[in-house]
Amino acid sequence: MADLIFLAMMVVTIGGAIVAMESDEIVYGAIGLAGSLFGVAALFFLLGAPYVAVFQITVYVGAVAVLILFTVMLVRTERWTKEVPPKSLTKLSGILTGLAVVIALALAVVASDLGGDTSLRNAATFLDIGKLISTDFAPVLEVLSMVLAAAIVGALTLSRVDKEDKEAA
Amino acid sequence: MNSLSDFVVVSAMLFGIGVYGLVTKRNALRLLFAVELMINAANLNFVAFSQYAPFAVAGVTLTNGVGQTFVLFSIALAAAEAAVILAIIVVAYRLHRDVDVSELNSMEG
Repeated sequence: MADLIFLAMMVVTIGGAIVAMESDEIVYGAIGLAGSLFGVAALFFLLGAPYVAVFQITVYVGAVAVLILFTVMLVRTERWTKEVPPKSLTKLSGILTGLAVVIALALAVVASDLGGDTSLRNAATFLDIGKLISTDFAPVLEVLSMVLAAAIVGALTLSRVDKEDKEAA
Repeated sequence: MNSLSDFVVVSAMLFGIGVYGLVTKRNALRLLFAVELMINAANLNFVAFSQYAPFAVAGVTLTNGVGQTFVLFSIALAAAEAAVILAIIVVAYRLHRDVDVSELNSMEG
């Protein structure tokens, strides 16, 4: 049986996700997404993975959510906030697809024997993760750093305002 | 105490909300939100399964940080992806004054 903190964090996670999708103002949607990401971080804590949880909070809640919030607020206009509501057929198909995915996965979980097991067996610490990253996964780290550099350069190049564009605008 | 199935069900619900958003929404930012939710669902599954996997052999607890390491890399990748997507959204907004993805069809064949 799940304990109280888990249920509360589950409500935060799922509720934040629903707000992110369904809020009228997209700014509130961004805040809802931040709440959902925070809930996931709390679930990582409950899973006994504090390093991942802290990483999630610093990178996701601290950087990505704030970046999204700034983007939303920087370029917000009347046009931006006024979303075209989806056609009811589209909405229905979306709800059906989402429900189908959830029900299929939940049925698979219920049919399996994952429910009876409540002991966290993995005791990996900061030290183990650090050793893994710097030994076995060192090439991955190198590639990832190159990807990050490329993403930064790409984002800067994309959002740069050229001189001609400025004169034309 | 929580069991593995609790976390997997939460992850499935997050993923389902993400799928719903991808199907119905046309605002580029909402699509980004949906993708982020789905990535988080996957990360949650990674950590949950790695923490509950049978690592105890003959009563001795073993350690395995591979699942958590994967998630660390995945989070970093998702951050890079979000930065690029937001740059694209800003450019699209600057060019079209709109972020409705069904209106952004100037590259249509």
